Amino acid sequence: MHKVLIVGEHDGKTLNPATAKCVTCAKGVPDAEITVVLLGADTAAVAAQAAALAGVKSVLRVDRPENQHPLAAIFAPQLVALASDYTHVFGPSTSFGKDLMPRIAALLGAPQVSDLMAVEAGYRFRRPIYAGNAIVTVEADPARKLVATVRVASFEAAATGGNAAVESKTLAVTLPSHTRYVGAKTGSTDRPDLQTAKRVVSGGRALGSAENFKLLFGFADKIGAAVGASRAAVDAGYAPNEMQVGQTGKIISPDIYIAIGISGAIQHLTGIKDARTIVAINKDSEAPIFEVADVGLVGDLFQIVPEFERLLGT
Amino acid sequence: MQKIMVCIKRVVDYNVRVRVKPDGSGVMLDGVKMSVNPFDEIALEEALRIKERGGNIEVVAVSIGVADTQQQLRTALAMGADRAILVQTQVPVEPLTAAQTFLALAKKEQPDLIFLGKQAIDDDANQTGQMLAAIWERPQATYASKVEITGGKAAVTREIDAGLETIEIDLPAVVTVDLRLNEPRYVKLPDIMKAKKKPLEVTSLEALGISAGVLLTTVKTEPPAQRQKGVMVKDVAELVDVLKKKGLI
Repeated sequence: MHKVLIVGEHDGKTLNPATAKCVTCAKGVPDAEITVVLLGADTAAVAAQAAALAGVKSVLRVDRPENQHPLAAIFAPQLVALASDYTHVFGPSTSFGKDLMPRIAALLGAPQVSDLMAVEAGYRFRRPIYAGNAIVTVEADPARKLVATVRVASFEAAATGGNAAVESKTLAVTLPSHTRYVGAKTGSTDRPDLQTAKRVVSGGRALGSAENFKLLFGFADKIGAAVGASRAAVDAGYAPNEMQVGQTGKIISPDIYIAIGISGAIQHLTGIKDARTIVAINKDSEAPIFEVADVGLVGDLFQIVPEFERLLGT
Repeated sequence: MQKIMVCIKRVVDYNVRVRVKPDGSGVMLDGVKMSVNPFDEIALEEALRIKERGGNIEVVAVSIGVADTQQQLRTALAMGADRAILVQTQVPVEPLTAAQTFLALAKKEQPDLIFLGKQAIDDDANQTGQMLAAIWERPQATYASKVEITGGKAAVTREIDAGLETIEIDLPAVVTVDLRLNEPRYVKLPDIMKAKKKPLEVTSLEALGISAGVLLTTVKTEPPAQRQKGVMVKDVAELVDVLKKKGLI
């Protein structure tokens, strides 16, 4: 039997949907018993959410004041102490998991599979390399623990309806004091979260200015979509970096992705190729985005977007 | 602050469109242009800017790789690194082995700060910096977009999914850098000439007491699944119609 420990991501109130996707991934490991562990100052609320995920056998809470903020140097030694009972340790391939999991793997002397996109067997997985231009199948030694970051765009969220046992753990682990949280500056949260939204509207350099970019916000709000941006738009200062979609930004898998004024650089396409339906609007009919789009429309976005919005209103 | 170590990887140039070998044994690398991993270039640039702000700071560029990796280290020296060390090996090393090798160098060099790119654009592993910090038992600040050093501490602003986060770390520490930290300088011809005279030491994994472990074996390499080409619509009305039929809006 395999015992998979999933490191849950949360903000103290809400369990990040990436965790439910890790559960689905873990279910692919043959004969897996799944545990979700939550570190925080008070994880009662998020533990209840994790316990409701179908397929989770148990939820571990590790509450202590030092766990208020997810610092890898603080979390890793605690998770290493817990890992002795497990064969696999999974975390999401988000900035949280990508920061934390290699620190755990190194302390365990274990290999890490980054951006795990498919489980082929207990110790055989698929993952992308070269910005998704190649997919490798890798095998690890079952004698060692296996650490992975799960590529959230590759898995559906596990359903709710589960009723896992919740247990509080006290770990006798000395924590370092060399790393301290100072603060965070996060964007507006009125719109759906880009990483997990079902609908995403994204803009590129063709928007021309930060002012023009606002056109997309009105449109996105109309259809309840998150807003993204290409790296070119971010580099030009039209949109903040947390909106960046692509290999160097967020890799997403919405039901519908509407790319507006985005030419489709390879690094951008890497971030959207798991979208169910890609809609491209661009004035250049030769733009590479049309190679991957399910539906394409050639034309001036400044005419098309208002008309699109108007037609949806009727 | 006396010394900054910057870890550099030789990778396929980011402009090269990488193709998978027909027999699935890997990607085609013969005759392909190789460069310094772009994130590592940003890491080096940041080290050089800290040096240029004053103080007697030495910047040491280090790498692990084949003999030709000397080319990338010469580029680092031309950018402004003071000296370089190549740990020469024919065998590609995994992130944990790379971290162990850099740790061995750190124990010899005693840097106050180690900079690396957040990931290499070949294996996209995004592991080495964190692993190095773990086994060095020192702080890590990943995905840095701003680094401020005061005394024995650094305040690092990090790019996280939700926006920006700032943490304070005690030195020595490992910092991995993100795209927006800076824009690396262009190398000028006189600097390339000067770089030829700068010291470049070549050592080996064996000399550092490292045995390259294989924890993950690649059994197959395939091209990614291709999306099928879609339809072009003539106007917004038709677009809305198609999307409604698909039940998407």
